[in-house]
Amino acid sequence: MKDILQELDNRRAIARQGGGEKRIEAQHAKGKLTARERIELLLDEDSFEEFDMFKAHRCTDFGMEAQRPYGDGVVTGWGTINGRQVYVFSQDFTVFGGSLSETHAEKICKIMDMAMQNGAPVIGLNDSGGARIQEGVASLAGYAEVFQRNIMASGVVPQISVIMGPCAGGAVYSPAMTDFIFMVKDSSYMFVTGPDVVKTVTNEVVTAEDLGGASTHTRKSSVADAAFENDVEALAEVRRLVDFLPLNNRDKAPVRPFFDAPDRIEQSLDTLIPENPNTPYDMKELIQKVGDEGDFYEIQEEFAKNIITGFIRLEGRTVGVVANQPLVLAGCLDIDSSRKAARFVRFCDAFEIPILTFVDVPGFLPGTGQEFGGVIKHGAKLLFAYGEATVPKVTVITRKAYGGAYDVMASKHLRGDFNYAWPTAEIAVMGAKGATEIIHRADLGNAEKIAQHTQDYEERFANPFVAAERGFIDEVIQPHSTRRRVARAFAALRNKKLQNPWKKHDNIPL
Amino acid sequence: MFNKILIANRGEIACRVIKTARKMGIATVAIYSDADRQALHVQMADEAVHIGPAPANQSYIVIDKVMQAIKASGAEAVHPGYGFLSENPKFAEALDAAGVAFIGPPKGAIEAMGDKITSKKIAQEAEVSTVPGYMGLIEDAEEAVKISNEIRYPVMIKASAGGGGKGMRIAWNDDEAREGFQSSKNEAASSFGDDRIFIEKFVTQPRHIEIQVLCDTHGNGIYLGERECSIQRRNQKVVEEAPSPFLDEATRRAMGEQAVALAKAVGYASAGTVEFIVDGDKNFYFLEMNTRLQVEHPVTELITGVDLVEQMIRVASGEPLSIAQEDVKLNGWAIENRLYAEDPYRGFLPSIGRLSRYRPPAEVVKADHVVRNDTGVYEGGEISMYYDPMIAKLCTWAPTRDEAIEHMRIALDSFEIEGIGHNLPFLSAVMDHPKFISGDMTTAFIAEEWPEGFEGVTLPEITLRRIAASAAAMHRVAEIRRTRISGRMDNHERRVGSDWVVTLQGESFPASIDADPEGATVRFSDGTEHRVTGNWTPGDQLARMSVDGEPLVLKVGKISGGFRLRSRGADLKVHVRTPRQAELAALMPEKLAADTSKLLLCPMPGLIVKVDVEVGQEVQEGQALCTVEAMKMENILRAERKAVVSKINAGPGDSLAVDDVIMEFE
Repeated sequence: MKDILQELDNRRAIARQGGGEKRIEAQHAKGKLTARERIELLLDEDSFEEFDMFKAHRCTDFGMEAQRPYGDGVVTGWGTINGRQVYVFSQDFTVFGGSLSETHAEKICKIMDMAMQNGAPVIGLNDSGGARIQEGVASLAGYAEVFQRNIMASGVVPQISVIMGPCAGGAVYSPAMTDFIFMVKDSSYMFVTGPDVVKTVTNEVVTAEDLGGASTHTRKSSVADAAFENDVEALAEVRRLVDFLPLNNRDKAPVRPFFDAPDRIEQSLDTLIPENPNTPYDMKELIQKVGDEGDFYEIQEEFAKNIITGFIRLEGRTVGVVANQPLVLAGCLDIDSSRKAARFVRFCDAFEIPILTFVDVPGFLPGTGQEFGGVIKHGAKLLFAYGEATVPKVTVITRKAYGGAYDVMASKHLRGDFNYAWPTAEIAVMGAKGATEIIHRADLGNAEKIAQHTQDYEERFANPFVAAERGFIDEVIQPHSTRRRVARAFAALRNKKLQNPWKKHDNIPL
Repeated sequence: MFNKILIANRGEIACRVIKTARKMGIATVAIYSDADRQALHVQMADEAVHIGPAPANQSYIVIDKVMQAIKASGAEAVHPGYGFLSENPKFAEALDAAGVAFIGPPKGAIEAMGDKITSKKIAQEAEVSTVPGYMGLIEDAEEAVKISNEIRYPVMIKASAGGGGKGMRIAWNDDEAREGFQSSKNEAASSFGDDRIFIEKFVTQPRHIEIQVLCDTHGNGIYLGERECSIQRRNQKVVEEAPSPFLDEATRRAMGEQAVALAKAVGYASAGTVEFIVDGDKNFYFLEMNTRLQVEHPVTELITGVDLVEQMIRVASGEPLSIAQEDVKLNGWAIENRLYAEDPYRGFLPSIGRLSRYRPPAEVVKADHVVRNDTGVYEGGEISMYYDPMIAKLCTWAPTRDEAIEHMRIALDSFEIEGIGHNLPFLSAVMDHPKFISGDMTTAFIAEEWPEGFEGVTLPEITLRRIAASAAAMHRVAEIRRTRISGRMDNHERRVGSDWVVTLQGESFPASIDADPEGATVRFSDGTEHRVTGNWTPGDQLARMSVDGEPLVLKVGKISGGFRLRSRGADLKVHVRTPRQAELAALMPEKLAADTSKLLLCPMPGLIVKVDVEVGQEVQEGQALCTVEAMKMENILRAERKAVVSKINAGPGDSLAVDDVIMEFE
């Protein structure tokens, strides 16, 4: 009997060896951890329950039948993050370079199906050379099986991808359809076609890092939501993100004990808005001073910095924040910022995360670059996302809310629940100078008259009260009490119920 | 007594004067420039008068504007603070003409002490010890050499109108005297429009010690002990204390009596300061007299119990001094640290901007210690480029010097300033410096101890261990909170263990935590144990801990997997991991900080106004590369060495953050 039990231990030991000592060493030498080490860091200590440890491929071509390692290049299972269930797959680069075979894909699909059934997030740790070429179309079929599950899981359970090594070709499309993609600096890259093919086809010479490294995807392409220094930091930050997210779309966002009074007054916010309306200020200060304990998990920090997206907590509950950033491009909306914020708003709405919007927007960025790039449709994405969202929506206009951008930024008209404005808010079609020059075109030659008109316009419209008179602003609030007012607003909305009309799905301007 | 006074100043000194006036039941009037609309002194005063644009030369030092404000407000007297118009005889004259009292000395005294040569002559006549030197005007270099030989080397060649180190040379021999004379003369001519030069003995191991005097209009004068101000950076005082750890009673009395004699010789009436230079053998020489309230006056107030501003106001209203010399008792020890908006890690470059966080330590008045903070700013306020970069004067008092220093260390650690660069870490480093602790410093202290500038502090092992122990205990608290999140699997919750590895400053401390309701005992793998208590909860930015019974105050920031902890001048990244996490973290490659020597980084947030070079151009050391406008100030960035421009990343109109790359070199 003992021998039989011993046999299990022996087999497990073999499976845990993955590609063996040498390849593990090579993995470490690249500054990367192994698939199992990563799972250890991602999950609570001793919480990992593995599936399919002994699963092996069935390929018999090209001599593959001679090597049938346990696990087939991916470690799958479930465990907990701070006691909450998550499903995980972690590709093992030490086994066939983490390449995806039919059986490898089956393992991933199995845990994805389980995650869907049990309503828990899926976290994929990607480190794979690509398709298992020896298997041919079977491998491609495997990818597609995973893709289909990514699509079905989208909006049902949160899906997080961490790119921790190569991720190229068809492999990129699974992460691409998940909710968040994180990368590890210097050791990961993602591209559809690699530098060699690029060189052959377009004659461009580019390194893998420049083509698809963490910097490229966080700053230029916006494919990745954040990049971290190394595996350890990346996995710690994924744990931190999971603490913000509900387990599934029927679940409320999590609540945890907090050590920050909801009625905390921040006197310094009364001087956040500079006296000169053209002087920028850092909107992040407001976000940090409003949120619990100054804790802010930013999404896409390096991309389209004129808008800020991320998660805070109020009274221990997750809230998604979208805020214009006056420090960059005066906080205007443009193609990139609209896309970035729209995707974030839709994520929040899909997972019942309330949305807090801070508005200081002078309008849409003008120019041929924007118009040729389709700012009309991209801007409409954000408008659409806000308008369709049924989660609690609280908006605070801190300064400018001009033109169509005012409408877009979670205005009352887009079913904003609580629309607040600071006394410094200016809600108008455009800035006073521009408006005057149009309304009083006849006086354009007369600087004195224009100045007078401008002043009149400012007095009439450069304040929140015109909008408040119409009820577009529910209340003008003191900046120092923003945290209290916003926290109470979300508290009042905890039982909000709002449904959009039945439809197969909407047709957001993609 | 006056019913209403105007304070012709701003910032902390205006606030400080207002406090005393309020205590005396006198109404106060503040004046303010455009940049100070929301300033603290304006909020504190009973009324405030706007006097013009931000630059001081268009507002605070324009006599006409101040006079208008006085007239408009009906103030009966004016306190000038320090700087600005405080030592301007024309202002005293204007007040006199308008029948408004000047809370300061008579105009004659200001004038007499305002010129270095005149003041020295008067001092000599009053039998005040002066530095051996030649007072007359020196014609040429040869005469300078002759005089230098008479005085004996080393000598100092100084511009009569000089100040701030300008037009000043030290010569150790004839050649240097010749050369020094010429360059001082040229510098004096260009800087001050006055090329009069004098020569005096150069004092070795010099200390800057000054005597506080107080005189009334009835011929009474007393001295209130000394202040040691030797800790200076480029002639800017940084740390002051009273009394001086160097003086004995006899020297103190001799200096005090001479100071009073000098004050009386010029008909002084108000608070004033006589500055001396003191050599290693306690020989003291008169330097100059400051005919105003000094920045560092609080240390004198703390050891004498005399409110100097109150005395100035009483004297100005004609009251005789109520304190006689024998009433002046020096009690305990007081230390002042000046907090400047200067970034010590960037060569003390002035830093301006919004104070996103400003929480000074609580002011305390107890029998065993006092914490006093004179400040003119508040959280959410602005440090403007137009004025002095001083943020606050933090003072502590205790019966002994050691205790006063210890209270200062804690007070500095508790002082929260965010949003701008500031010299808090440097001040902490001074408070922990053995030379300062022993009281053995000269005016060259900073230049000698930090010749390469300030690069942070390396903490002693015991402090590191205490910080590590605190971090372990704090991390455990934070992790336990994380496990209390909703949605967890019943009966399968995460259990937070007791074994951790703390990593900081390149050292790892495996630790085991034994927590109880009062605190935690942290045992390191080498067997040492630390008892940690404190009421830190996650999110608190200040942790007031007690480790082994010793107070430890930490500024707490978040980093991935740990904390950024600041204490005692050190700025630490501290990771707290489970043993397994630590083992895996050790496999992670060390990433070297990017080499920035071939980059031009933006030193401050600002707007590029102009780029002066092109790609491919060779630039010489000191050549202008581009202009960055920050807070309306145009800053020209220059090449640090000869180089070829390889790439330009920013153009006119781009707004950049600190450390953004403006251009790259080959």
